[in-house]
Amino acid sequence: MSLITNPRTTDTPNRTVSQARPKQSLRARYGDRAFGIAATAVLVLSILAVVYPLYFIVIASISDPNAVYEGKVWLLPSGITTEGYERIFADSRIWNGLGNTLVYTVLGTAVSVSTILCGAYALSRKDMPGRKFLMLLFVITMFFDGGLITKYLVVRDLGMLDTVWAVVLPGAVGVWNLIIARSFFEHTIPNELREAAQMDGATDFKFFFKMVLPLSKPLIMLMIMIHVVAHWNSFFDALIFLNDDTKYPLQLVLRNILIQSDVSSTGTTGGDIESYAAAQRIAELTKYAMIVVSSLPLMIALPFMQKHFTKGAMIGAVK
Amino acid sequence: MSRTIPARHGGPAAAPLPQRKNSLSLRLKRISRAWQLYVLLAPAVIYILVFKYWPMYGVQIAFKNYNPVDGFTGSPWVGLTHFIRFVNSYQFGQVVGNTLWIAILGLLVAFPIPIILALLVNQLQSERFKKFTQTVLYSPAFISTVVVVGIMFVLLSPRSGLVNNAIQLAGGEPVFFMGSAEWFRPVYVISDVWQNAGFSMIVYLAALAAIDPALHDAAKVDGASKLQRIRHIDLPGIMPVVTILFILAIGNLLNVGFEKALLMQTPLNISSSEIIQTYVYHAGLQQAQFSYSAAIGLFNSLLNLALLLVFNTIARRANQATLW
Repeated sequence: MSLITNPRTTDTPNRTVSQARPKQSLRARYGDRAFGIAATAVLVLSILAVVYPLYFIVIASISDPNAVYEGKVWLLPSGITTEGYERIFADSRIWNGLGNTLVYTVLGTAVSVSTILCGAYALSRKDMPGRKFLMLLFVITMFFDGGLITKYLVVRDLGMLDTVWAVVLPGAVGVWNLIIARSFFEHTIPNELREAAQMDGATDFKFFFKMVLPLSKPLIMLMIMIHVVAHWNSFFDALIFLNDDTKYPLQLVLRNILIQSDVSSTGTTGGDIESYAAAQRIAELTKYAMIVVSSLPLMIALPFMQKHFTKGAMIGAVK
Repeated sequence: MSRTIPARHGGPAAAPLPQRKNSLSLRLKRISRAWQLYVLLAPAVIYILVFKYWPMYGVQIAFKNYNPVDGFTGSPWVGLTHFIRFVNSYQFGQVVGNTLWIAILGLLVAFPIPIILALLVNQLQSERFKKFTQTVLYSPAFISTVVVVGIMFVLLSPRSGLVNNAIQLAGGEPVFFMGSAEWFRPVYVISDVWQNAGFSMIVYLAALAAIDPALHDAAKVDGASKLQRIRHIDLPGIMPVVTILFILAIGNLLNVGFEKALLMQTPLNISSSEIIQTYVYHAGLQQAQFSYSAAIGLFNSLLNLALLLVFNTIARRANQATLW
């Protein structure tokens, strides 16, 4: 299994070969160059299409809201202000949401990753009787599930509504992640190692905790990251299972402010139209700042995480 | 190397070793010897029993009049009443139509783009530019759905949004993108591509990296152009992955982006943004019509399952890679 990218270093002999057969490849070479330019152009445009909206949001978040409103901000911020950020950091809803998100993320990741690692290891053991049946039990749930309503009713019957567990447990084990972890174990833990350990009297527990886990650091990192990102970004379970807004995670708070335009700070100004409009613009400014603040942690961590995620995608693809 | 993606049961079977006469006791012995493995697996099994199979058992309320006192089992049966009510309701055509529209539009637009991007990125000569492109294109996948929809609302705002400022600069009239039914689908699909195309591309890049470079070298010697090599080497090389992902996409066709649709909904665009699952959410959780909405959810799941089976069969007939 070739997990790691294999850079096409072999591309270079091209030149020598084409020199050997100049006539045929001359046209091909021009065609290739044209194609190469077109392809690069398409990719550069795609990059701009991805980056520019984000860049705009960053500069809008530190620009004078009136300049943004009048469409004067395009490439550089104008009339630098930090009021948007100040307002966010003064907003207790944001801090409270952030605190909740941290709790849910840490707890949720711990529960998910440990359940997945242990379960996937057991399922990777070909000598475990009933392995096929047990695997089937998991796979079925990928193709059919009971749906939103019954899931809600089950969580309610378990008395988990409005508790941390409603956000942590219902989505704890993704079958897809379980399969990724299982194939990792199947491919990286040699049978011989286990047999040798068993000869020395190691139990399955001992072998798993003392040998398998230390050998599986890349997998553990990948699983931790998948779940941290998922928890940091999730809002839906909180939306349906939590009523108490002091328990809302950051994303749900953001949704109420960014999308539902929860204008508690601007709507009641009453007064004249002008001050209302000004308040509205400040609210917009705050939204830009909020988008930046909430996405920044993951964006900063991205270069570090990328390696692991790319590998993960490949474990999935290559099986 | 086989590149099938999801495994039903990977690898050779859990070997039922040569059976002896006293196979039962042997089997019990093997089971008891593996008890620690079962302990490791137990939390995951308990999880799916409670949070997957119990809700599946609860799906019977689609054929009942659920009331909390009697629970899943005790509530009285009413047969297909809820299904009939849904099919006859005035929302049925609209909701199913909207779902199919978004799903098919998404599949036609959002499915091929990552493949094209991967082919383009893969042929780049400079490793650094390759890596840079990859990183940039896939970074939006890490932005939450809430924030992406928040970005849409601020950038597409009719009064102060970037897009409308540009439109006005070009002499056009501002468009209320988030508040009009006809803009819902384009905005939905474009933002989907914006956010996810780069991430989906990674799998195809991995598959492309696994293609034997010798094939390309041989083709070059024969004077094949880049485009020809992409068509005759790269594309066939990733076809198994494409097929599998396509079947999976079909199997999830009607589940697409429920959260995003819900977030993008405004009272003004509801006529094109209300899809089956948002309807289930509104009818079920907001209006507490549990049985009725469970029936609609079941309808959705079954439709999905049927699509998956049909396309998997088609793929098998065509001798392509299949899920099983």
